Parts: sequence; C-alpha cells; structure tokens
Amino acid sequence: MPAITPLLVAQVVIIVVVFHALLLSAAAMVWVERRLAAALQQRSGPTRVGWQGLLQPFADVIKLMFKEELRPKAADALLFGLAPIISAMCAFSAFAVVPFGGSTTFFGLLSEPMKLQVADVNVAVLVIFAIASMGVYGIVLAGWSSNSKYSLLGGLRSSAQMISYELSYGMALASVLLLGNSLSLTEVVNGQAGYWFHVIPKWFIFVQPVGFLIFMTAGVAETNRAPFDFPEAEQELVAGYHTEYSSMSFAMFFLAEYINMVTVSAVATDLFLGGWYGPFLPASLGWIWFLIKVGALLFFYVWMRWTLPRYRYDQLMAFGWKILLPVAVVNLLATAAGVLYFGV
Amino acid sequence: MTLFYLFGAVAVIASLLVIAQRNPIYSVLLLIASFGALSGLYVLLQAPFVAVTQIIVYAGAIMVLFLFVVMLLNAPHEETEHDEKIHPLRRPGPMRFGAVLAAVLLVELLWALTRAGSEGTAFPGADVISVRAIGKALFTDYAFPFEVTSLLIIVAMVGAVVLAKRDTRRGGAPAPPTP
Amino acid sequence: MMPTLNDYLVLSAILFAIGTAGVFVRRNLITILLSIEIMLNAVNLSFVAFGRSLGTADGQIIVFFVMTVAAAEAAVGLAIVIGMFRHRESLNPDTFTSLKW
Repeated sequence: MPAITPLLVAQVVIIVVVFHALLLSAAAMVWVERRLAAALQQRSGPTRVGWQGLLQPFADVIKLMFKEELRPKAADALLFGLAPIISAMCAFSAFAVVPFGGSTTFFGLLSEPMKLQVADVNVAVLVIFAIASMGVYGIVLAGWSSNSKYSLLGGLRSSAQMISYELSYGMALASVLLLGNSLSLTEVVNGQAGYWFHVIPKWFIFVQPVGFLIFMTAGVAETNRAPFDFPEAEQELVAGYHTEYSSMSFAMFFLAEYINMVTVSAVATDLFLGGWYGPFLPASLGWIWFLIKVGALLFFYVWMRWTLPRYRYDQLMAFGWKILLPVAVVNLLATAAGVLYFGV
Repeated sequence: MTLFYLFGAVAVIASLLVIAQRNPIYSVLLLIASFGALSGLYVLLQAPFVAVTQIIVYAGAIMVLFLFVVMLLNAPHEETEHDEKIHPLRRPGPMRFGAVLAAVLLVELLWALTRAGSEGTAFPGADVISVRAIGKALFTDYAFPFEVTSLLIIVAMVGAVVLAKRDTRRGGAPAPPTP
Repeated sequence: MMPTLNDYLVLSAILFAIGTAGVFVRRNLITILLSIEIMLNAVNLSFVAFGRSLGTADGQIIVFFVMTVAAAEAAVGLAIVIGMFRHRESLNPDTFTSLKW
C-alpha cells in the first residue's frame, strides 16, 4: 500500500480531472457544434434549454439514457456490446499521455513541481499512434456484429479509411519529431518555448506548415469527421456503422468521436502550436493557453464540417493514398534534409 | 513479479483460446488480447519501443488485415466439420498425431530450459535502451537489412494485390461439345 | 523477486508449443495462419528477453525485422487464402488435395 503523500493525491486528482474534462469537452462540443452550425447557416440553434442553450447537451444525454437499448436478433451479442466499449476506451486512453500544462506546484501546495499529465511516457507520441490504431476495432466490430448491410459497408469503409490515413498521420508525426528531437510530448513542447526576434514564437508550425496541414487533414480523416465522413453520412448509408445502435451505445460512439477530435487537436497543439506556452502567462498557468489553442482547432474542425462538401469514398481513398501520402513522404525528406543542413 | 504472471497468464490463456475457438473472428480478437499481454511483457523487459511497435504493427495493422479477410470470406458461417467437435487427442490419424507432437515439443523445450540450473540468470540492471540507440544501430550496423526489408514490403504489397485480384478476363467456360 | 531470463524463455516455449499445436490440429486456413503468428510472437519474446539480458539493442532490432517479415508474410498468405477460397469455396486445407497421390 503506497504512502498517501500529497503527490499521490495530486496524481489521482489529475486523473479524475482529465477524465471529467474530457466528458465535459464532449458535451461542450455538442453545444458548440450545434450553435456554430446554426450561425453558419444563419439560424439560431438551441437557445432555450438553460442560458443560451448551454444545458442542451445534458438534455440530450438524459434523453438518450431513457431510450430503449436495442439489439438486432441476428447480431452477435458479445461483439455488439463490445464495440462501443472499445471505441470509448481508446478515445479516453489516448489522452493519458498528452500533457496539457507546464510543471506546476499548484500554488505551493506541493513541495516540488509536478507535470500536468496523467503519465509521462518517453515514447508518448507512439503510444497515441498505437491507441489510435486500436480505435479501428471499435468501428469494424460495430459494422460486423450488427449483421446488417449498411452497418457492414459503413464499418468496412470507415476502418479502411482510418488505416489508410494513419500512414500520412505517422509521416507528419515523424517530420515534427525530427524537429522536436524526442518522442516525449513534454520535451517536444519544451522545445517550442521562446521567441525568434522576440516577436515570433518558436512554434513548429512556422517551420513545418505543410506538416501541420497534413497532420490536421489526416487527423480529420482519422476521426471520421468533416469532409471525410462518408462512412457515417446520413444521406448515403443511413448511419453507417452505428445504424443499429441506440441509447447509451450510440452515445458512446458519439462520445468517442468527439473525444478523438479533442485528442487530435490536443496533440496538434502540443506538436505544432507550442502547447502551453504563450505571452503574458507563466508556464505554470499555461493550461489556459492550451485550452485556447485546442478550442481554436476545434472551431476549425466544426467550421470545416459545415462548410465543405463531402468526399465520395473512392475520391477519399485516392486522396489519401495518391496525394496525401506522397506529400507527407516528401515533407519528411525535406525536413530531414533541412535538419541535417541547418542543424537543430 | 505479479505483473509478469498476470501478463503471462493472459497471453497463454488467450493463445489457447485462439486455437480452440471455432469462430475465426473470436480467434482474431483473442489473439489481439494476447498481443496486448505480450506488449505488457515487453514493457516489463524495459523495451518500450518494441511494446508500442507491437501494438501499432501487430495488433493495429496485421490483425485488422486478418479481420478484413475473415469478414470478406464470411468465414464464421462455414459448416464445422464433425472432426472439429471431438477432443484433439481423440481425433483421427493426423490430428491426433499433431496434437501429441505439439505436446512432445513443449515437454522437450521445458526440459531443455530447466535443466541448466534451477534458477535462471537474473537480468542486469541496465537502463532502458532508448529509441535513439535503436535508431542509431538500425541505420548504421543494420542498415543493409533495413533497406532490404523495404524491398520485401514492396514485393509483398505487389504480390498480395496480384494474388487477390479478381480475374476479370474470365469469359466463362465453353459449352461442352454435344455428342 | 524479479522474473529471470528462464521465466521469459519458459513462457516463450509455452506460446511456441501452443502455436505449433494450432498449426497441426486446426482445419481452418485462417486459424493456421493465426497460429503461425503466435509462434512468431513467442520468438519475438525470447529475442527481447535475450537482448535485455545481454544489455544490447540487438534483440529489439531483430524483433523489428521479424515483425516486418511477419507483416509481409501475413499479407501474402492471406492473399493466397483468398485465392484458394475463390477456387474451392472452402477454408479447410483437406479439400485442396488435387496434387495428392
């Protein structure tokens, strides 16, 4: 039984805080998406439930909880129940290695500074990549176990899309890791502290603009969002892999999707946008800047969804393999050449 | 030590269930669980890079390939042979011999491993081998095999596409000649 | 008490024997391929254990190559299985007997 030190208490508190922050962020994203979609479409969106409609996500969750939990008779019961669990689990665990703030002593409560991160692994970037690859199983099992045409097609298409775009995702990651010189996200962020010429922050997005675009595009495709959401498009496939799900299982898939978005944005913030470093705030209060940057990326996510038309499936796959992957490879080569020539 | 036993037990039990399951989809999922346990064992062996690569490559890519093929061939709906329902040691001829051979192999390996001394050599207290060291060795000492594996992967990709492609030139068999 | 090298090798031997049993006993092509993957993983485990006991990175590098070869072999093997299935509509290796005496 480990001794109950303030450090242990702080670590448990961080785990609880991160978990609930993710849940709240999913709820907030529901509200943001609906209000922003409404604003883009010149209507008002939910404004009645609570002040400015802020309680709308909670009303949605309560409604979903009261729905009947259905299961098709011919569905494989074990896999049918397992699939949303896998999706949600992978979505939550990926955030365990993402740092969201500098070392802080919580205003002197702790004797030594503690990192704002659930687990500081020195191969953190690869862990995120690994958990993203495991997320494919939730979708493909949902499609298969539902035993229905739309679900199977949606599940297979969605998982094929995810594993295709993982390649470009990995190449963009590799390019920025050449700059950051480490696989640990904390060290990559610390490499972005400081300014050039006292004005331009040393964020990697200025050195790797193409890498950032590739990363965000692949991230959007990985999370089955925005122009790459053919497998779950209402107009094409009923609802794709989650057609046969209702009530809380459906809610888990949606939760997984929103939390994946948050994770991709958080990782992009750490890798490209300087993490928690920003003007006017010390590093120990850097989580405020982190939230602002993640919020900006999520805003772009939602904006993209309601502005761009959807890619057809074969266009989507052609784009991923024939355009994005070669660009990512060339970007990696160019970055390697640049690092070799200019030195890091 | 408890972690070692935990991960080891999960790996062994999951592997046993893989070869005992009739439904190939369950076999694939149980194998993924086994790979997860092996990944934990690699972390215990102070090899985090191999652990994460195991998840990315094996559990995340190869097993997805298996799952796709199983779904494509609709394999769970094959009729099970009568032979498969009998205990392995009571099946006819070759299968019984095979099961016995595997058991003999296990006994032989365990005998060879436990013969040299009752306690094995403990691990030296070395540091975690960093990814940097692995990368360095991979690109200097093992550079030739590394480039050859890239060739191997291209060959495998082309081969897999060619082998699995549907033959679209097929025009149908000609009608048998009338007597 | 920490696990010793022998513990890892015993575990690797058990997994290898399970994979071998799967290859011999099962009559389903895909399960045979899965058993081959179990065998490859058992070998990976012993490589990493030996690499750790020698303190070098060589064990992990060989595991890297084994994984790559396993991926290539799984891809080609499954393509062959798909081809064979299209021909005979069965995944039982006992139905492919046309070259038998």
